[in-house]
Formats: sequence, C-alpha cells, structure tokens
Amino acid sequence: MAGKRRGERSLIFPTRPHVVSAGSVAAQNEAAGPLGSLFDMVLEDDTWGENSFEKAERKMFESAVRIALDKAKLRSGSLHCLLGGDLLNQIVSANFAARQLNVPFLGLYGACSTIAESLLIGSVLVDGGYADTVACAASSHFSTAERQYRFPLELGTTVPPTAQRTVTGAGCALLSGKGPMGGAPFRNIVVTGATIGRVVDLGISDASNMGAAMAPAAADTILSHFGDMEETPDDYDLVITGDLGRFGSSMLLSLLNDHGVDLTKKHLDCGNLVFSTKQKFNSGGSGCGCPAITLAAHLLGKVEIGEVKRMLFLATGALLSPLSSMQGDTIPGIAHALVLEMNREAMGL
Amino acid sequence: MQKIPFDAARYRERVKQRAPKSKTLLFCLRAFWVGGLICCVGQAVRDLLDYCFPLTEDELSAATAIILVFAGGFLTAVGVYDQIGAYAGAGSVVPITGFANSVVAPAIEYRPEGLVMGVGAKLFSIAGPVLVYGIGSSIIVGLVSLAFGG
Repeated sequence: MAGKRRGERSLIFPTRPHVVSAGSVAAQNEAAGPLGSLFDMVLEDDTWGENSFEKAERKMFESAVRIALDKAKLRSGSLHCLLGGDLLNQIVSANFAARQLNVPFLGLYGACSTIAESLLIGSVLVDGGYADTVACAASSHFSTAERQYRFPLELGTTVPPTAQRTVTGAGCALLSGKGPMGGAPFRNIVVTGATIGRVVDLGISDASNMGAAMAPAAADTILSHFGDMEETPDDYDLVITGDLGRFGSSMLLSLLNDHGVDLTKKHLDCGNLVFSTKQKFNSGGSGCGCPAITLAAHLLGKVEIGEVKRMLFLATGALLSPLSSMQGDTIPGIAHALVLEMNREAMGL
Repeated sequence: MQKIPFDAARYRERVKQRAPKSKTLLFCLRAFWVGGLICCVGQAVRDLLDYCFPLTEDELSAATAIILVFAGGFLTAVGVYDQIGAYAGAGSVVPITGFANSVVAPAIEYRPEGLVMGVGAKLFSIAGPVLVYGIGSSIIVGLVSLAFGG
C-alpha cells in the first residue's frame, strides 16, 4: 500500500495543501450569534429576493464560492474542481450552484459532514497532483430543511430540548497545491492529515436528538485518528466537531471518557459556537452550513494567526432521510476528520 | 476490520438517562391556559352572535366555527399562530383554530410547487390523518348505531 496511509483509515498529505481563502454567507439568526460579525455576507431576508427558499439556498452556495474566489483574487475558471453538497434531495443546492459556476464539479452527500468530506477529498486531489485549486463548499437553510425533514414553517409545534436548529448559511474553503497565493487572505494554514469516517449506528431513532445519534461516529473517528496517527489529545490545541450541539457534545465526551481519552478541555462544537444559549435554539445549531460557516468565518482565522496551531476538525453527519425515519429505522451517523495546522514556516520552525 | 468500540445498549440507556427532559408540567400549564383562553374566546364569539343575530343553535355553532377557523387561518398567514403553537403546544393544536393552522400552513409552504401538485396535493398533509381517521371512525360508529341503535 502507498506510503500516504496511516493505520486503518487515516491519510497523510506530505505536500501539505494550503487553505488559501474562505467565504461565508449567513442569515439574520446566525448574524445575531457570537460569530455574527465574522461572516462575509449576511442576508437581510432569508429568501434573498427569490420566490422559494430552495432558490435562495443555491444562491448562497454559489455566493460562498464566489466570495472565497474573490478574496483570493481568482476567477472561477482557475478552479480545477468544486466539491460540495447540501441537505436537500439530490443535493440540488450544490448542483444548481455548480451549473452557474460552470467548473468541474463533484457533488457529495455526507449530510452535515459534507464540508469535511469535501475538504478530505479536495486534499487528496491536491496532494495527489490531480488539481491545483479546489473549492470545497457546503450549505444548509433552516426553511428548506424544515420542510424536507419536519413540518411546514407556519405550523405551530413545540420541540424537545435536545432538538437543534438548522443553520442558514453556506461556507467555502479554497485549497491550493501551489502554496500561498499573492492576494489570498490565508498564508499559513495547511491540511496535513485526515481520517475517513465509517457509518456508526448505536440505535438512536429520535430525529429530535441527532447530536446523540452522531456522537458515537465522532468518538469512533477521533479514537481511530489518535490510534492510526499514534497521537493523543496533547498533540492538538483544539478538537472541534461539526454539529453535535450541547447534548451531543456531552455524549461524545462521555464515550471518549470510557476509552480513557479526556477531551473536556480541548473540545468545542460548531453547533454551540454559532448560536448563543440566549438565542434559545435548544441544543444548538446543526446542518451542513453549521460547520461550513464556522470553519470559513471563524476557525481558519484562528489557525492563520496561530491562536490555534493544530486543530482536529470533524464534521458529523446524520445519514437519515424522512423516509427511513417514517419506516422506523435508526439514525446512522458519520464523521470525517481533518488535521488543519499552522505551517512550520509561519511558526518559525 | 476494527470493531465499533461502543456498547449500543449501554449507550442508548445513557442517552435516555441524561437527555434533558421536556418540562412537562410547564407545558401542560401553558397548554391549559392558552387552550382555555381560545375556548373562552370561542364562547364569547358565540354569545355575542347570539346577542346580535337571531340564529338557531345549529347556526350559532356553525357561525362560531367559521369565525374561529378564519381567525386561525389568518393568524397562521400573518406568522403569529406558529409562535402561539411553539409556546402552547397542544393548547393551540386541539381547538378548531389548530385545525385551521394545520391546513393553512401547508398551503403557504407548498405554494412554490404550484397550485395543483403543491397546494392541492399537500393541503391536507398534516390534517389528512385527522380527516381519514375522524371520518373513518364516524362511519363505523354510524354503522354500529344503525345496526344496534335502531
């Protein structure tokens, strides 16, 4: 087997693809959250002048990619590949955005893990020499997700405290195989490794408790990653999960604790970062957009300035469909992990 | 291949124990007062109609229902009823205004998919089960009554 594999299912990227730019688009509730001032674009109205929420979401996806390109002073023609997806049936947001962008495109579905899946495959393409510039993007929209997975928006319903709110947002990160670019906003961020998730299902069937359904997948990937890479939490400043929310995060920590791994001081969750507890969205944020905009608007900047020197970024996905839920199936989860770090030159090594 | 390193049954038990619970008593109280208030408003409408117009008992019931259904639909359309529902739960679902909400909400939601396969096909996506089992059980009760009640 080639020398870029580590252990059971981890990969290393010896050429260290750079993350050179990012773009984020969010709506009003996200702007009112703790990360509100960091988004590149905030929508006044979540229909964005379109006659359906679905049309607004695909516009957000496209805009996140265009913003990331603009910030790096690149044209869409210079993209060797766009990777990404969203939550809607047949990933229409990503597909229709790719139609507008007119670039080589691989559509992906990993539910809310999509941004990590995109970055993982993007890094493989760049490290393998198959692409120089790759855009990795994901989006979700509260109003499109509600109608697909739950109830009409105007229906008066109550939600349990474990429920999470789908983030309305799209995030994109640009990978480069040629190192930092002239006009690009990020110069110091590299992707050095990844762990491919496997589908884990411990039998949670409550679609209002996706954090608990996905936590085992996150724990499984984290344990495998540390095992494969022969690392411990001490090798990281931060281990961040995508959208486990408050309850899911506590279950993740308890599962890891069973295996003697204490992440209490190192772990954060995008679902808890994107909305404050004052916003009363129960267990926090969720959706593809949740880790995508948190990474694009907040986390990458932390690595760029060295506030976080080495980060394990996991996005978790709940691989259910409305149909599987109605047929009584339990909720399978998945989590992919990426190692994002400040490059050695920037640290003066 | 690695085995999944977790015990599923133990995990489910742990989730069950630790998951934050809905505040049932609080929600019951909210449902009680909001549901009660909606019923009081209904009674007030009925009394007012009785006072103002010379209507029979049946006509009074029908007119009250029409007004409440309209109010429920109207409050849904202006985006208020879902907020009442998020606060009151069953308190705003059970009265007839809740039925109006469950029909008007899909009507708004599925408008972009067109008047036939959108609004037309999805109008009763929430209220449908109530109609199916409501009408179904009333047919059975009717047949039983016909057979044994004379």
